Amino acid sequence: MSDLLILQNGRILDPVTGVDETGDLWIKDGRIVQGDKQIPETANIIDVQGKWIVPGLIDMHVHLREPGEEYKETVESGTRAAAAGGFTAVACMPNTRPVNDEASVTRFLLSDERNASTRVYPAAAISRGSQGTNLAEYGELKEAGAVAVTDDGLPVLDSQLMRRAMEYAGSHDLLVISHSEEMALSKNGSMNEGVVSTRLGLRGIPAAAEAIMVYREIALAELTGQRTHIAHVSTLAATDLIRQAKARGVQVTAETTPHYFTLTEEAVADYNTNAKMNPPLRTEKDRQAIREGLKDGTYDCIATDHAPHSVLEKECEFDQAAYGIIGLETSLPLSLNLVREGVIEPLRLFELMSSNPAKVLKVTGGTLAVGSNADVTVIDPEKEFIFSRESILSKGKNSPFLDWKLQGKAVLTIMGGRFTYDELT
Amino acid sequence: MKDPYLFQHKHILSIEQLSPADIFHIFDTATSFKEISNRPVKKVPTLKGKTIINFFFEPSTRTRLSFEIAAKRMSADTFNISASTSSAQKGETLIDTALNLEAMNPDIIIIRHGSSGAPALLTRYVNAGIINAGDGTHEHPSQALLDMMTVQEHKGTIEGLKVAIVGDIAHSRVAHSDILGFSKMGADVRVAGPATFMPPHIDTLGATVCSSVAEAITDADVVMALRIQKERQDDPLIPSLREYAQFYGINKSILRHARPDALIMHPGPINRGVEMNPDVADGSGSVILEQVTNGVAIRMALLYLIMGTQGV
Repeated sequence: MSDLLILQNGRILDPVTGVDETGDLWIKDGRIVQGDKQIPETANIIDVQGKWIVPGLIDMHVHLREPGEEYKETVESGTRAAAAGGFTAVACMPNTRPVNDEASVTRFLLSDERNASTRVYPAAAISRGSQGTNLAEYGELKEAGAVAVTDDGLPVLDSQLMRRAMEYAGSHDLLVISHSEEMALSKNGSMNEGVVSTRLGLRGIPAAAEAIMVYREIALAELTGQRTHIAHVSTLAATDLIRQAKARGVQVTAETTPHYFTLTEEAVADYNTNAKMNPPLRTEKDRQAIREGLKDGTYDCIATDHAPHSVLEKECEFDQAAYGIIGLETSLPLSLNLVREGVIEPLRLFELMSSNPAKVLKVTGGTLAVGSNADVTVIDPEKEFIFSRESILSKGKNSPFLDWKLQGKAVLTIMGGRFTYDELT
Repeated sequence: MKDPYLFQHKHILSIEQLSPADIFHIFDTATSFKEISNRPVKKVPTLKGKTIINFFFEPSTRTRLSFEIAAKRMSADTFNISASTSSAQKGETLIDTALNLEAMNPDIIIIRHGSSGAPALLTRYVNAGIINAGDGTHEHPSQALLDMMTVQEHKGTIEGLKVAIVGDIAHSRVAHSDILGFSKMGADVRVAGPATFMPPHIDTLGATVCSSVAEAITDADVVMALRIQKERQDDPLIPSLREYAQFYGINKSILRHARPDALIMHPGPINRGVEMNPDVADGSGSVILEQVTNGVAIRMALLYLIMGTQGV
């Protein structure tokens, strides 16, 4: 039996090489190999005509909840949802119980026993216990497999600690990811501060809470000369700050999420706890600014901030409900809307969803070049489906997109040559 | 021929949900019930055999009592649960508590809760009619209805009146409901208070924001002061009550800007000498106690009308 796999007649899109053409992709021994005119008789051929062949999608911002909150998600369930969403790699945030602030937790996440369906890149904590006081042991964390540090879920309030984190992370070539939130302004807020929060009588989180902290991170990145990544950006104000910082050469990168370029604060109406997340859904002006930033290169990545919760945290009073929504299984179709609506070209989309996350995290993937790992996603861009509760593979069902009709879906996900999701063959 | 009007609200969650026709109908119904409260035997059998639960998660004297009196004057059986006596103290969720109440087949649940949207949440889990008796900083519809009824009685109409609301608009569900209600009925609603008391985009609810109390109450037909809600403030919104009284308190002197026949209102309880001086609260234009009287009538009307939608 040959283990040569040929994806035949697909639209091959590689944002790294700039290839956008119909052709065949050859995969052997877990790698992408040079094709040949002579097709061996034993090859496993899959006809993917009309479909797109892209480098495996990478989501650099997910919450897998393990260890500690396995009732919400596990590495196994979360990465299975990721594979179904077309992802071959995810970076998982450290706000678990215990916090991923030491090598043993990182190794636990990377153990084969977790049974992951994607590559898993742990982001470790900036500070011990994400308490915001002492640095975690970045050297050991890096050796154990961490690719970044962040106290995600919480901002680092102490500017000096953040400065030291950037400097020390730089010494270990770790990316610092900032959850940018000025908590004095956002405290007890449960949605964007604006028209809808006033109508619903909910405590608001002003856009300034994000912008202030994004500006601080930019200033610190400038001061330290270290690369810094801004997570889940939601506002026009922060988009402008990042754009300006990049223009003057600051080593800052940024991600936004499908919900920020798809929804606005109006989605909260009627106290829908599945539209509650932090930072919150903003206004139409913010949404348009995010789309502009995706178009003009201000944003490097689309990430999901996949944040599964159980009904325990979501079926309750709005101000009591947990922040966060799932995203792994809706990210691709929602992002494909950007292509369908003419905001960006397909190659740019896969830069945002694959090659740039790889580059920012300094991990493999993001290309279909010969010799690369065979992390490949086959997408049917036309396929329509109803995102029903029953269809969700994540343990969390907390999505504002429940029962939406979506278009575009991963139909085959391949990680290192292994099929991790397959509705094609 | 015009279709006959039909009251169709199974729940009263907000003023936002009501049309002017609904509000007029509630006034008419309340007016017809008002006389019951003046009889020697203050009881009619209208809601005999009905079960009404007062479910209060926040302290309340007048609203809870007003609903209870309203229900009892219509012969309903009423039960009061407060946060300190409910299983919420034992960690039961709001939804579980509601499902347990529902299992005892109440006809109407009246709820006050600190979380905006809590009454709306209940409607998804119980069959009983739900009346919002105040949720977070969202709405307090029965209060706005009794406020509007009081003004309607005195002025004959609400349309075209100038209504000034002064104080902590941001933390006041009464203000939210009153702004929505009075503007829906055609009044010109102005609000005033320090900017720390103004929620963003309050104009979208139908109010004009004024920069001073004097500006807001100039030629006003109605002047309403709101209670400073000390219990809701976890950040410093005003430097002191003393300074607040000086710049935003309603006193005789500032009232010179209003119409001489202006009605003075307050949803209570009053911090005398802070948001309103005693001579104003007790003065000739004050209708503060009439508000309380009308509260019973409005709540009788709401109970009756909601029960009507349940096919009694």
